[in-house]
Amino acid sequence: MMDKFFSGKLLFVGLLFAGLALYPLVASSYGLDLVSKIMIYAILAMSLELLVGSTGLVCFGQAAFFGIGAYIAVMLSPESESGHLLWLLPAAILAAAVYALFVGALSLRTKGVYFIMVTLAFAQMAYYVVHDTKLGGGTDGIYLYFKPTLGSILDLNHPQVLYFFTWVFLVWTFIFLAILLGSHFGRVLAGIRINEQRMRASGFSTYPYKLAAFVTSGGIAGLAGFLFAVKDGFVNPEMMSWHLSGALLIMIILGGLGHLRGAIIGAFAFVFLQEFFKSSDIFGAFAKHWQLGLGFTIIACVAVLPKGLVGLPEVLRKRLYGGRPSSDAQIVLK
Amino acid sequence: MNLFKTTVIAAAILGFSSLSYAEDKPLKVGLMLPATGTFAALGTAIENGFKLYTKEQGDKLGGRAIEFVKVDDESDPAKATDNVNKLIKGENVDILVGTVHSGVAMAMAKAAKESGTILIVPNAGAQAVTGPMCSPNIFRSSFSNWQPGYAMGEVVAQKGHKKVVTITWKYAAGDESVQGFKDGFSKSGGEVIKELNLPFPNVEFQALLTEIASLKPDAVYTFFAGGGAVKFVKDYKAAGLKDSIPLYGAGFLTDGTLEAQGGDGEGLLTTLHYADQLDNAKDKAFRTAYNEAYKLPPDVYAVQGYDAAQILKVGLDAVQGDVSKKAEFAAAVEAAKFDSPRGEFTLSKAHNPVQDIYLREAKGKENPVISVATKALADPAKGCAAN
Amino acid sequence: MDLSIFLIQCLNALQYGLLLFLVAMGLTLIFGIMGVINLAHGSFYMIGAYMAYALSPIVAHAFGGGFFSVLVIGLILAVILGYFLEWAFFSFLYDRDHLQQVLMTYGLILVFEELRSLLVGDDVHGVAAPEFLAGTIPLGDIMTYPVYRLFISAVCLLLALGMYYVFTRTRLGMMIRAGSTNREMVQSLGIDIKLLYRIVFAAGVALAAFAGMISAPVSTVYPGMGSQVLIICFVVVVIGGIGSIRGAFLAALLIGFVDTFGKVLLPEAAGVLVYVLMALILLWKPDGLFKTS
Repeated sequence: MMDKFFSGKLLFVGLLFAGLALYPLVASSYGLDLVSKIMIYAILAMSLELLVGSTGLVCFGQAAFFGIGAYIAVMLSPESESGHLLWLLPAAILAAAVYALFVGALSLRTKGVYFIMVTLAFAQMAYYVVHDTKLGGGTDGIYLYFKPTLGSILDLNHPQVLYFFTWVFLVWTFIFLAILLGSHFGRVLAGIRINEQRMRASGFSTYPYKLAAFVTSGGIAGLAGFLFAVKDGFVNPEMMSWHLSGALLIMIILGGLGHLRGAIIGAFAFVFLQEFFKSSDIFGAFAKHWQLGLGFTIIACVAVLPKGLVGLPEVLRKRLYGGRPSSDAQIVLK
Repeated sequence: MNLFKTTVIAAAILGFSSLSYAEDKPLKVGLMLPATGTFAALGTAIENGFKLYTKEQGDKLGGRAIEFVKVDDESDPAKATDNVNKLIKGENVDILVGTVHSGVAMAMAKAAKESGTILIVPNAGAQAVTGPMCSPNIFRSSFSNWQPGYAMGEVVAQKGHKKVVTITWKYAAGDESVQGFKDGFSKSGGEVIKELNLPFPNVEFQALLTEIASLKPDAVYTFFAGGGAVKFVKDYKAAGLKDSIPLYGAGFLTDGTLEAQGGDGEGLLTTLHYADQLDNAKDKAFRTAYNEAYKLPPDVYAVQGYDAAQILKVGLDAVQGDVSKKAEFAAAVEAAKFDSPRGEFTLSKAHNPVQDIYLREAKGKENPVISVATKALADPAKGCAAN
Repeated sequence: MDLSIFLIQCLNALQYGLLLFLVAMGLTLIFGIMGVINLAHGSFYMIGAYMAYALSPIVAHAFGGGFFSVLVIGLILAVILGYFLEWAFFSFLYDRDHLQQVLMTYGLILVFEELRSLLVGDDVHGVAAPEFLAGTIPLGDIMTYPVYRLFISAVCLLLALGMYYVFTRTRLGMMIRAGSTNREMVQSLGIDIKLLYRIVFAAGVALAAFAGMISAPVSTVYPGMGSQVLIICFVVVVIGGIGSIRGAFLAALLIGFVDTFGKVLLPEAAGVLVYVLMALILLWKPDGLFKTS
């Protein structure tokens, strides 16, 4: 059953990445910017998907790792010249991963909603450190004046270069996580998600696996933070706020949990929906009240798409070819 | 299917804008203001003020028709760079106007500095905007956080108070306002005995009010705005401190909040660059016009929006609507005297208003002027190379 | 800190803690019993506060006014709203992944926030306390304490006791507790679980709105007020142990004390203290202070 779908899914992701690679040919410079941002969110969302969808660990503090990656990139950059990419990027990832190790080691003692809240607590701690101290520029944030370089090979000041730089990491993250989830490690994580008791009973010590997943996720979030800092050249404590952690959760749930591509789809859908409802070309003066449209759309998605946007083809197929008119009603009522 | 959907939406977003730009080139003004969240009302007032002025000019500035493009910045600095890029790169605006929130304004300043787009800040008082980030193409029509604080420092010292406690949220605007107060107050021999802070946007003041009661200072200086200002004034009164320890504040404490404070703000002295019952013809005309247009009394934010448009007009007139002549634009604005509802003001080399700061006393729902607290006060603009 | 100041601070802490409990109580019901991670709790609180503001002129016109008539009418409206919301948006979600419910409540936040903006506008508003509670009593040499805050504290205590009674002593409470532990079994015992959940949800919304209404005179009414209380409510419920009224009560008081004394004694860390407290407690007791069976 998996195989039948597998090729279709792979085709979809392949087409998506190819489309993204070709996009700069037709993109306006703002479009390039927007899609770069969404790709960064997609990387971040995938890092969270590894925890939430694949392992069943609902982390409500992903923004902290993202923010740490970004802040480290800015704070370690020299003030009057460009820093070197080859050491700034690993430093950002490492810093986020180290904090994830610390947070994970402690918070994995708890479960369910308690885990959600402990991860939130640790994220808030990081938030208040940058918000309330002068360490990282305080509440108004801090600028990155010079983007990191890789000798003269890579000029990230070029939006196109930055776009492809981000694209490469998006593809890399997807492949890396896909391989990881397909491996023995990934199967253990899936086992933990489905029934952790049984995994333990069958002799797996689940803690190290969960911790490893947590640290990996934190590191990838740090990577996304690094990319964000380089793209915007400005970081702010709000990058670590629970609003972003919450928005990320919304993205992956909207996209469809348990699927890596769900995270990517969710990130794109969430941002595009916002842009759509905010567009005064379409909604005129009512664009001011964009949250209303977004809110109703999300509610509608929950109502008709129990598996998130990933499940959209299935729902459509049922509607078009299924022949059983009751199937939709069932989905809604179930 | 999703890909299709996204493409359609993307085309809708990106395509439309490029189509409309291909016409006969009106001047595109990008308004980046909050339309949702805590500051939504301020965003509306600024926009109203701005549009009132452009309407008075026959919807033309520097000989060019005006076209507005709006972005809701949500007062979220994490989205600020994207939002400002949407205007600069996506809409190719000629002029940027925004915003209320300081953190967002910081991101706008950076983007404006890099792209060279002319930016007029109609509220955010972050000192960095006309300090380290100052630039020939960045202007501010409002104030720096330092200015009302400094003026109030002088006033409180003149009242004979020696020992003062300050209280504000722990964020940049609060810190900068308190710094201004300390500069003005200590210059005249006063001493700030304790700086109380609470995390933004926490509004549980009771513990700190008790602390104030135990310290028994001669007076209290505060910087709060919006919902926090309403609650602080009410709590201060309810704690019985209003009669024993006089409260002074930056003007936002009683601006747009008096009605909600329900009489508890009566008699409070605040400093700001605008006041009610200013006896000047410009203000009277402005108020009448604003009232007619929007069925609302104007506030300081509307004035700042109005003056942002005035600054724009002066610059555009000097370059006949050609925004690429940045140096001429800046030179004209720097040389100009602006006839504002707040009274006449000029812009400093760092492009922050050099303006009178008024001492006001809250009466009913208004903040009528008592006197000029400090005449033609300029922000020190620390860190600005042009200064 | 001399003794009298210390005692006043204790009173502040107690009062703030009780207020927190009041605000978090609705969440204890919906989150603790139904297991719905209700992000819209803050919105229900906000709706209550705005009702206290917006209904008073209408009520004054129709019934001659009075804070308590507003309260009663607001409560009825909130119950209806909660009943309707459960029917329209949640009744079909219980068999799904919990996170789908999170998404639903998130959608509701956006809708309510925008409806608030459309219906009442974006301005800050004050709500007057009822005349006979508007006074203050002297405290220490220069301070006074608002009577209305004491009134809130009393209401909190009464509600806490009332809820405790309903939960532990009544048939409804038993059904609710049983329903939270095992949905299927309660159903097989012939209890209409759908109706039960609808009642619990309506009660949760009503409690949140009640908290908003009753604290409106001290908290004032402003856009975004809902999201400000949301997280702290979750902190209260989780520290206390999900579904435990006793735990939530204790947790709220604990936070009241930590926050109050933190602001005075450790102002640099005031923002983060609550979270440090939560992390420490949950690392010490991974199921909160009072785990319900």
